[in-house]
Amino acid sequence: MAYDASFRVWRGNTNGGELTNYKVSVNEGEVVLDIIHRLQQTQTPDLAVRWNCKAGKCGSCSAEVNGKPALLCMTRMNTFTEDETVTVTPLRTFPVIKDLVTDVSFNYQKAREIPSFTPPEGLKPGEYRMQQVDVERSQEFRKCIECFLCQDVCHVIRDHEDNKPAFSGPRFFIRQAELDMHPLDTASRKRDAQEKHGIGLCNITKCCTEVCPEHIKITDNAIIPMKERVADAKYDPLRWLGAKIRGRQPGDVE
Amino acid sequence: MTDFERHQYDVVVIGSGGAGLRAAIAAREAGKKTAVVCKSLFGKAHTVMAEGGIAASMGNVNDNDNWQVHFRDTMRGGKFMNNYRMAELHAKEAPDRVWELEEWGALFDRTPDGKISQRNFGGHEYPRLAHVGDRTGLELIRTLQQKIVSLQQQDEKDLGDAEAMLKVFAECTITDLLLDDEPGKGKIAGAFGYYRETGRFVVFDTAAVVVATGGIGKSFKVTSNSWEYTGDGLALAMRAGGTVLNMEFIQFHPTGMVWPLSVKGILVTESVRGDGGILKNSEGKRFMFDYIPDVFKAKYATTEEEGDRWYTDPDNNLRPPELLPRDEVARAINSEVKAGRGSPHGGVFLDIASRKSPDVIRKKLPSMYHQFKELADVDITVEPMEVGPTCHYVMGGIEVDPDTGASPSVQGLFSAGEASGGMHGSNRLGGNSLSDLLVFGRRAGLGASAYVEGLGGNKPTAKEEDITKAADRAQAPFTHEGGENPYTLHQELQQTMNDLVGIIRTDAEIKEALKRIEVLKGRIANMTVEGHRQFNPGWHLALDLQSMIIVSECVAKAALTRTESRGGHTREDFPTMESDWRVVNLICSLHGNDIEIVKQPLPIMTNELLSLFEHSELEKYLAIDELKDHPEAKR
Repeated sequence: MAYDASFRVWRGNTNGGELTNYKVSVNEGEVVLDIIHRLQQTQTPDLAVRWNCKAGKCGSCSAEVNGKPALLCMTRMNTFTEDETVTVTPLRTFPVIKDLVTDVSFNYQKAREIPSFTPPEGLKPGEYRMQQVDVERSQEFRKCIECFLCQDVCHVIRDHEDNKPAFSGPRFFIRQAELDMHPLDTASRKRDAQEKHGIGLCNITKCCTEVCPEHIKITDNAIIPMKERVADAKYDPLRWLGAKIRGRQPGDVE
Repeated sequence: MTDFERHQYDVVVIGSGGAGLRAAIAAREAGKKTAVVCKSLFGKAHTVMAEGGIAASMGNVNDNDNWQVHFRDTMRGGKFMNNYRMAELHAKEAPDRVWELEEWGALFDRTPDGKISQRNFGGHEYPRLAHVGDRTGLELIRTLQQKIVSLQQQDEKDLGDAEAMLKVFAECTITDLLLDDEPGKGKIAGAFGYYRETGRFVVFDTAAVVVATGGIGKSFKVTSNSWEYTGDGLALAMRAGGTVLNMEFIQFHPTGMVWPLSVKGILVTESVRGDGGILKNSEGKRFMFDYIPDVFKAKYATTEEEGDRWYTDPDNNLRPPELLPRDEVARAINSEVKAGRGSPHGGVFLDIASRKSPDVIRKKLPSMYHQFKELADVDITVEPMEVGPTCHYVMGGIEVDPDTGASPSVQGLFSAGEASGGMHGSNRLGGNSLSDLLVFGRRAGLGASAYVEGLGGNKPTAKEEDITKAADRAQAPFTHEGGENPYTLHQELQQTMNDLVGIIRTDAEIKEALKRIEVLKGRIANMTVEGHRQFNPGWHLALDLQSMIIVSECVAKAALTRTESRGGHTREDFPTMESDWRVVNLICSLHGNDIEIVKQPLPIMTNELLSLFEHSELEKYLAIDELKDHPEAKR
């Protein structure tokens, strides 16, 4: 079962780098991360890679395999033929630090720009009552393991550094949808989604949904409903009138 | 002098899992300038791997539940070696810690009347685990992470700087604690470490350190633990003069994946059994009925029919033995495999497919369904899983004061979560870990804050020569020539611990392990690392190995000393539980390069707590003279 595979791994740092060829043995039942670890153990002890759980639960070992964003621990070697060269490169949307490790601080910055869960005033801990059907919508988005593959694949920022300040990306659209659909959240989030996080720039190509290792229906269940809610809040004439009368900004209205 | 960055904090929390984040929240809310330092990215801690749930006696599903019942279950699970005060605080405070998570945005699964749903788990008398499918740990981490972000948002609003009072130093490893005097005399004055990304050194000046670095599983070959679990916190504490206790108690989770090799050890949640899954051997026999120990005979079903009825009518039936505490199930599986009744890849079969419909399985166990589908190409709604024991959790850890998490031997040192010891006695119940993190994480954060408050302006200062020494120590692997590579040494250590200090132990094997550890110590001191300090995994492992070797020696020495079998410590040559040993804690400390081990009496449970148990049950664990004040003894 064991064979020698051809690997091409990007080696380098902020000053640049190149794809380097390796021959490395592969055993039955292994994943790409096992092969990267074998390279570290036998040929390249300083090859940098992030990983933690090795079970697809922490979202640390994100990279690109043959150009496709993927978790290295969830990419089984038996999906390649034995004579196929496997190319492993760092996430393209984020700046490289070293080898397969990139600077993903963009995501932590965007996370801080979304106001946190805002429960109703006066509701005491232990008194929360919610129905399962109502929490399930948000629970789907809370499955997110923050691997940032959806951010990596998103063409709005993948090759457009200039869009980054105005666009938070799929990970944070589902965060906003999660809060907006939370049965007890009281904050108004629709105007922010449009004006601060750039949900309007998304043209729903569904690439993010395709790469999500948690199979979250990012586009259908989060982005499209949020776009509709934004549009409703902003353009529905009755809502607009109501808002006018109560003296609020359009989009504030629930 | 080596170049380094320097920061001043009131409290530095090492570790960003459940305990570390909860400690940081408590310290920040107490007004202390707080840093969280963690080896991985923020939100990636090993806590995300926890699947089953958080144990808390909210009584949402069965209103007979209360803290006393939870306390009793916890003590039974730990074979009465738990620090009773920790078990008491834990049982009393767990519900509040769960409810506050909801306030911070957690979305648990619900009961029909809209409360937090609770599920059954091994060793818990009533449905007690608050959960979100089988990804509860992720929910806990994300909620605490988002709570920290919300505190930072508030600081940004009030102070103009989100990180003014609470900052996360991600991908940063602490390699030494700094004291104001010799280890054994000195108080905590700071911490020394490096950024993984750049290799740059960093010094934190701080009077209080909370060690919340989790466990030690990476010293074993087959483990459910991630690379971070190298026992750093325990080694840091010991090098600073701290003590660790009861390191012989290691939980081998009964159900880890055994195939394919690349995922060997990865956890299969106990919820599979809680939700109806059963264990079978290669003959198709449901073997757990043959392994109910005497102390649990009255609590578990003796026939398959009764066990099966329990899932729908728990008030009138006893639970099936698949739900015995983890140590019992792990040993049973081990025995079946040894007797030649194992599965093709050396485990046993865990079957939910024949018990529940595919829809129910996918709904209740979504992560397990995906884990097997994607990692092993097995559809658990159609065929059984192959499972076997995996090193999962260390009950031992840093010795702490139950109320504050303070080390009794080093002022300014605090600890919580898996890194600390005592709470779980000789064996931890599933679900009691996440609640432990929250209850004692908060207490350690508050304890550290109160300690700093008490110091006033008299903050200890680190000695400059210690900073130089710490930097030299960290760089040493680059300066050795011709030494071995850390990956090889790590594999040897893992093999040694797995083979010789694993689930079943003997005097001869542990002595052999200690001999090998002694040799490995010398080889580790001389290992060589190639390359430079920028994100260099070889170097990272080299430094982590220095922690692993200390911790491994503690485990082996404690295992050799305890000549009985109890919970997570099974001696083939001393197979029974001895009441004389119950009252003994084994305390390890570091002297030069060697581990010293001493016996210390276990704190004696108050009569009030003792009275929560029936005399007849206590007789199985305690010596008769320990029971003279029990109400039933007086009659």
